[in-house]
Amino acid sequence: MNQATAGDWVQIFNVVLNPEERATIIPDETKKVPLTMMVKGFMVTERASLGDVVKIRTVTDRVVKGELVSINPGYDISYGRPLKELLTIGSEARRFLAGGGKG
Amino acid sequence: MTSLSYNAVMERKGEIVKRAVGIDYQQFERDGIAFDYELMMKEAGYSLEEIQAIQSETGVGNTPLYELKNLTELVRRMSPSGKGGRIFVKDEAANPGGSFKARRAAVSVYQASKLGYKGVMAATSGNYGAAVASQAAMRNLKCIIVQEVFDSSGLGQPEILEKGRACEAYGAEVVQLSVGPELFYQFLALLEETGYFNASLYTPFGIAGVETLGYELAEQAQSQAGKKPDAVVVTHAGGGNVTGTARGLIKAGCKDTQVIGASVDLAGLHMASDTDFNKKSFTTGHTGFGVPFATWPDRADVPRNAARPLRYLDRYVTVTQGEAFYVTELLAQLEGLERGPAGNTSLAAALSIAKELDREQVLVVQETEYTGAGKHPLSQLNFAKSQGIVVRKGDPRENIPGREIVIPTSPNQIGAVEVELDKLRRSYLRKALAEADSTKLTEGELKFLAEEVNSSPKYVKNFVRGEVDNEA
Repeated sequence: MNQATAGDWVQIFNVVLNPEERATIIPDETKKVPLTMMVKGFMVTERASLGDVVKIRTVTDRVVKGELVSINPGYDISYGRPLKELLTIGSEARRFLAGGGKG
Repeated sequence: MTSLSYNAVMERKGEIVKRAVGIDYQQFERDGIAFDYELMMKEAGYSLEEIQAIQSETGVGNTPLYELKNLTELVRRMSPSGKGGRIFVKDEAANPGGSFKARRAAVSVYQASKLGYKGVMAATSGNYGAAVASQAAMRNLKCIIVQEVFDSSGLGQPEILEKGRACEAYGAEVVQLSVGPELFYQFLALLEETGYFNASLYTPFGIAGVETLGYELAEQAQSQAGKKPDAVVVTHAGGGNVTGTARGLIKAGCKDTQVIGASVDLAGLHMASDTDFNKKSFTTGHTGFGVPFATWPDRADVPRNAARPLRYLDRYVTVTQGEAFYVTELLAQLEGLERGPAGNTSLAAALSIAKELDREQVLVVQETEYTGAGKHPLSQLNFAKSQGIVVRKGDPRENIPGREIVIPTSPNQIGAVEVELDKLRRSYLRKALAEADSTKLTEGELKFLAEEVNSSPKYVKNFVRGEVDNEA
């Protein structure tokens, strides 16, 4: 989905500070990249494609302008797969309790 | 039109903050570098009874205190005869918003509402965001949370992404930023734009909000264990948890209770580094906040930070990331409580410290936090692996922040490492004296500095002499 219309829930991106505008006392690797921002809201602009500059209205009623980077942005965090480093902790600890601490 | 450039906004910092917290901090300033801390807590904060009333309006506090019988037994199996104190945990995850931060948020949002602000803002990548958002929802205020959440490649830290999701779930707007301390600039610009209240973590009323936690756990220990706690282990980051809890303990008459701070050791990782950012597998409760906020509290977003942990810490220890993940599993598997890893930092330390206590002594771990996708051992370790960090079982002493996370193979391996408090005191004094003429300190300044490091004016005088000698 690359096209959004007014009222869609979207995410925009902005550069807040360019590298040359950044604070002086920060590590070099941070200073050489811009400080950037992302905000979500309902698109105010009638019609736009990813990469276009659009206006959104956030849930606090602020109108913010920025580059359209995501339409209906997801929550992609997950638990992931079980890890062998964790899988045996419970049974090992129970054995430790049952065996008088000689684990 | 008012300039929104970095320098222009930072120059307006004083007036923006003053308008956004409704406190004139100037009235508490005394000679030179000194200020009247207790007066600030009294005048700008609230009494314990007032806080209890405010928090009960929104269902905050009165969380359960659970005795961790299986973990206590586990510790006793590893302890010399007669040793192994009783371990209790205060289940702060039961608060609205899922953490003890609700206590701070409850008072801040109450204050904002009382003073007639239309909304509240907080700069936080931690549990405080969800706490403020939840309290704002209850009091019908708008809410903006400003987070540091992704690196320059746009990769978000899962623990923080989850906290952002929670804020949105409570109806808040989340402004997500890349890595850098200039977050504060963006925060100030937004405060100015919206006219919202700054629900700072570090106001007198925010810290007073945590006093009920210390007070409650003392009362609960008395009624459930028959005595006041001998030791309380507090996860330490910005200092508010230590400060508020210790003040509450004092108000509950716990003069002999040891207050022990615990942080996850993240030595070697720079907090403002774009490349280190996603190598941290803990985003709070770690030494990256714990040490700087102890040694220089006034780095906060208000002129005088009400969280001043060196005044209250009797002892400070670190644990490794691997140990904290390990005890998070133990808490779920042996005690039936699935909680977030960062809040279990103090539990990891407690399993080590309880071995030193006598069997009848009582140790309270004073918080838990909610867990969910993102802030969970599985999410955080899977993410660490994707960032090239080695995750393996072994001796946790081989843990290297940002490179290797070593999960213990036995509870015996958990060992809290002492941080020399005196070193932190000296570091605090060095920073404080950099702003003063150390050859002409007034009695007031000496007294203030002594209180700041929980020591005597003589200690400060000796330190000053030592410093002068060193410089000569």
